[in-house]
Amino acid sequence: MSCQCCALVMHGFANPKRFLKIARWLTPLLVVSGLLIAGGALAWGYFVVPPDRLMGDTVRILFLHVPTAWLGMGGWSAIALSSLVFLVWRHPLAALAARGAALPGMVFTALCLITGSIWGRPTWGTWWVWDGRLTSMLVLFFLYAGYIALAQAVARDGASSRLPAIFGLVGAINLPIINRSVVWWNSLHQPPSITLGKSAIDPAFLVPLLVSTLGFSLLFGGIVLARMRALMAEMQAEARLRRKALGSELPQTKVTA
Amino acid sequence: MREGLNQMGFVEAAYAIGVIGTLLLAAWSWLAMRRAEARRDRIKDETRGQ
Repeated sequence: MSCQCCALVMHGFANPKRFLKIARWLTPLLVVSGLLIAGGALAWGYFVVPPDRLMGDTVRILFLHVPTAWLGMGGWSAIALSSLVFLVWRHPLAALAARGAALPGMVFTALCLITGSIWGRPTWGTWWVWDGRLTSMLVLFFLYAGYIALAQAVARDGASSRLPAIFGLVGAINLPIINRSVVWWNSLHQPPSITLGKSAIDPAFLVPLLVSTLGFSLLFGGIVLARMRALMAEMQAEARLRRKALGSELPQTKVTA
Repeated sequence: MREGLNQMGFVEAAYAIGVIGTLLLAAWSWLAMRRAEARRDRIKDETRGQ
C-alpha cells in the first residue's frame, strides 16, 4: 500500500508540466543559494579554520575535495536511481534526470581527482598512486564519459533510452568499491573519517565541511534541474519541428498519389 | 613530510581550479538552459503563426 502511495506521488511529480512549474522557481533558488553557501564555506575554510596538526594548511583543501568526491558518487547514484525508475515505470523524465546528472557528476569527479592530486603532493609526497581509492574514482570518471557518449548517441539516433539506463545501473557496482576501497586494500588515502552517526574530524573542520557539502549539493541540484530543463526544451523544439515537417509533407503526398 | 613546500600555494591552486570549474559548469548549464528554452519558444511562435 505504501509502495503504491510512493508510486502515485512519484508519478505526480513526473508529470512534465508539473515538473516545469516547480523547476522554474526551484532552479535559480538552488543555484543562487548553493553558490552563496558553498562560497561562504570555502571562505570560512580558507580564512578562518586553523591549520591541522599533521597536515598543516593543506587541510583547507578538505572543504573542496570532500564535497566534490561525495557529489561525484552522488551523481552516479542519481543516474542509477533514475535509470531504475525509467526501466520499471518508463518515465521519460527519469531518463532526462539521469542525463541531467551526468555532466555535473563527471565535472565534480574530475575536480575531486584534481584537488586530491594537489593535496597528495605535499601530504603524501606524490601526485598520484594507483591504489584502490584513486583508481576506482578514475574509473568513475571514465564511466561518466562513457555514459554521456552513449546517452548522446542514443538521443541523436532516436534509439531507446534503455541502453544508457542499463549502463547506469551496471556502473553503480563501482560505488561500493569506491566506498570500501580504503578498507579492502592498503592505501595512502586515509580510511573513512565520517561514518553513519560517527565522525573522527574535529568540529572546527567538521562544521565548515558540512556547510560546504550542503552548498555544493544545492548547487548540484540546481545544475541538474537546469540541464533537465535544457534537454526537455530541446526535445519539445525537435518534436514541434518534426510535426511541422510532417505537416508540410502531407499535401505533397496527396499530389503524388 | 612537508619538504619545506609552500602549502598555501597548493591550497590556492586547488581552490582556483575548484571554484573556476564549478562556476564554469554552473554558468554553462544556465546559459544552455536559457538558449534551449528561447529556441523552443521561438519555434513554438513560428509554428503557431502558420
